[in-house]
Amino acid sequence: MALVLTEEQSMLRDSARGLISDKAPVSHLRQLRDSKDATGFSRDLWKTFAEMGFAGLLVPEDFGGSGLGCVEAGVVMEEIGRTLMPSPFLATAVLATSALSRGGSAAQKSEHLPKIADGSLLAALAIDEGAKHRPLHTAMRAVRSGNGFRLQGDKAFVVDGHTAGLLIVAARTAGAPGECDGLTLFLVDPKTRGIETERTAMVDSHNAARIKFDNVEVNADGVLGEVDQGGALLEGVLNIGRGAVASEMVGVSEEVFGRTLGYLKERKQFGKLIGEFQALQHRAAQLYIEIEITRAAVLKALQALDGNVENAGAAVAVAKARAGSTATLAVQEGVQMHGGMGMTDQFDIGFFMKRARVCQELFGDTNFHADQLARMKNY
Amino acid sequence: MSDLENFRRETRAWLEANCPPEMRRPMTSEEDTFWGGRNTKFSSQPQRVWFERMRDKGWTVPHWPKEYGGGGLDPEQTKIVRQEMAAIGARQPLTSFGISMLGPALLKYGTDAQKEEHLPKIAAGLIRWCQGYSEPNAGSDLASLQTRAESDGDDFIINGQKIWTSYANFADWIFCLVRTDSNAKKHDGISFILFDMASKGVSTKPILLISGRSPFCETFFDSVRVPKANVIGAVNRGWDVAKYLLQHERAMISGMGERGVGRPLGQVAADSVGTDEQGRLEVPMLRGQIATFEIDEAALACAAERAVDLAKAGQAHPAFSSAMKYYGTELNKRRYELLMSAGGADALEWESERSKEGARPRAWLRTKANSIEGGTSEVMLGIVAKRILDLPGA
Repeated sequence: MALVLTEEQSMLRDSARGLISDKAPVSHLRQLRDSKDATGFSRDLWKTFAEMGFAGLLVPEDFGGSGLGCVEAGVVMEEIGRTLMPSPFLATAVLATSALSRGGSAAQKSEHLPKIADGSLLAALAIDEGAKHRPLHTAMRAVRSGNGFRLQGDKAFVVDGHTAGLLIVAARTAGAPGECDGLTLFLVDPKTRGIETERTAMVDSHNAARIKFDNVEVNADGVLGEVDQGGALLEGVLNIGRGAVASEMVGVSEEVFGRTLGYLKERKQFGKLIGEFQALQHRAAQLYIEIEITRAAVLKALQALDGNVENAGAAVAVAKARAGSTATLAVQEGVQMHGGMGMTDQFDIGFFMKRARVCQELFGDTNFHADQLARMKNY
Repeated sequence: MSDLENFRRETRAWLEANCPPEMRRPMTSEEDTFWGGRNTKFSSQPQRVWFERMRDKGWTVPHWPKEYGGGGLDPEQTKIVRQEMAAIGARQPLTSFGISMLGPALLKYGTDAQKEEHLPKIAAGLIRWCQGYSEPNAGSDLASLQTRAESDGDDFIINGQKIWTSYANFADWIFCLVRTDSNAKKHDGISFILFDMASKGVSTKPILLISGRSPFCETFFDSVRVPKANVIGAVNRGWDVAKYLLQHERAMISGMGERGVGRPLGQVAADSVGTDEQGRLEVPMLRGQIATFEIDEAALACAAERAVDLAKAGQAHPAFSSAMKYYGTELNKRRYELLMSAGGADALEWESERSKEGARPRAWLRTKANSIEGGTSEVMLGIVAKRILDLPGA
């Protein structure tokens, strides 16, 4: 398969870019932040997303979606990255949808997927427990009780956790932290007794939550996939999420680079455009090259995910690791080359730096994925 | 689509039947590279068999037209041949500056007669070429070259000196930049010309490098007589040809950082530094550096693949090969720093059978030229800044 977007994918990009740049430029995020908006994103805009088919992009056609793939989801995520639009797209349309369509029973799919596609159901994936992403170290217990299970433990860094109408929770039904066997995914109604959700205001003004589970009852029909065998399902879903976040970081990197390049061509010091200075020209060129290489690696990973999620692990590790280091470089160079202006809140560039930091942590940072790749290659 | 799948199946079967097992092992010494040429020798029978079978199929240059000894394949088919060769670790049957550098320039700028004369001999490995570009006072500033070609009837008389001419002492012919108009602006008085290294007045002198090897020469021209018919493109328009060729040269050099050299780095390091009970390298910092390197290596391979696909789609920037050249050569230098670090004291041996006469440290030192030859890293970044990013000034 050619490592370029198809004509249809380019058209999708154009329509996503048109909508997002029009309805949700960076000023949209700024306004939500300044007004301390309780939702943290625009529900009206999510409705528009659903009407345009973006909410159900990954939902199979049988359940009211478009049945598209990870490359298309990445195309939308990249546009989201360009304006930093806060949106349920990642948590609901990518993560929860992938978990349901890959692991769900017929009943679970027909209950939830049509509602995701029409924009009426928001969902969140609750995995992380500590400061760093280590999915196999999930310690939350799910103990058999009557016809179901009781969940006990705390989750953190749950994207969109405070607005979700459905939680997908990883818990341990057997084994010890560090083991792949013994993990199980559960569909949980966040209104169930024993759940306490705290919205965590994050550095990037996007949504996340800490969620405590105290003896929370879940019926057996809330199990997503097989009991004790959720590790592989989770890994596949996380890899799809990692590909999506990597795409968002490509968008962040490109936008920051574009703005910075523009600044180099208009800002004058010592009677010259600062873009005439070789010190800055070479750094700009290096950053451009890093971004182009990362873009190729990310597209490769998305295509690999669309081919076979089980075999995409190495490509995804490469993509997420590269996207993290590239975005980190892009935002730092962006602020530095904007000089004092880059440090002001009034200027948008700092928003990109904050979001890049969060994306780096989401589902494993560059170090995590370098370690993963070394394990896959047995050294 | 199914046509391509068929082609892949046929290619796989053909390679399986025709590539000798010895030619699927990683190369370990310079003798493993077959360069062709008048005085060439095969280092082994499998090397000969592999070369001849590929030549007869037109697959030393699968993408060239059949009439010039190529395979006549389209870009998709060519990609499949490369992928299937890579899948079994097949070596290049023929390594040649004629293929990687001169050929593309001839295909674009050569007359029919020039193409017919030279391309089939390149494809068949009969003539080995070298490149006369750099001069003692024209390195990064290549266009200030001073080698003169003066008109004498139907011929030019060439006088001057080239430097860093790769394997000039083994080459049969040279493609050379010469000044045909010393009054014009520096880019406008250059011509691109071909001649036989056996011509009267040509001499070469190898340059000993820090690796202890001499892959480069000084090349001297003392009143060398060359027919004007050997100019490629128009007289005084050689810079266009030179730049076009450089794009291909840079793409080739960037590939050095992309292709796996022998065993994976992590495995090489495991042999020398050992692993813990979980199979992880005993030196965690080295393990991290190798993993980070392999991420960048894999990403560069994606970018190389994408560059080809963008070119096919007509979306490639002509200066992008400079970006790839910069990154690929810097990456190759990193690879060899890590190989040296992984090898520790064992990698320092310079003269022993055990070390294959210091193969690793010599290769390590050779890579330091990668970011200089074919345009330095700094020149590449300048080209990207100006031609792709459109940054102002100098």
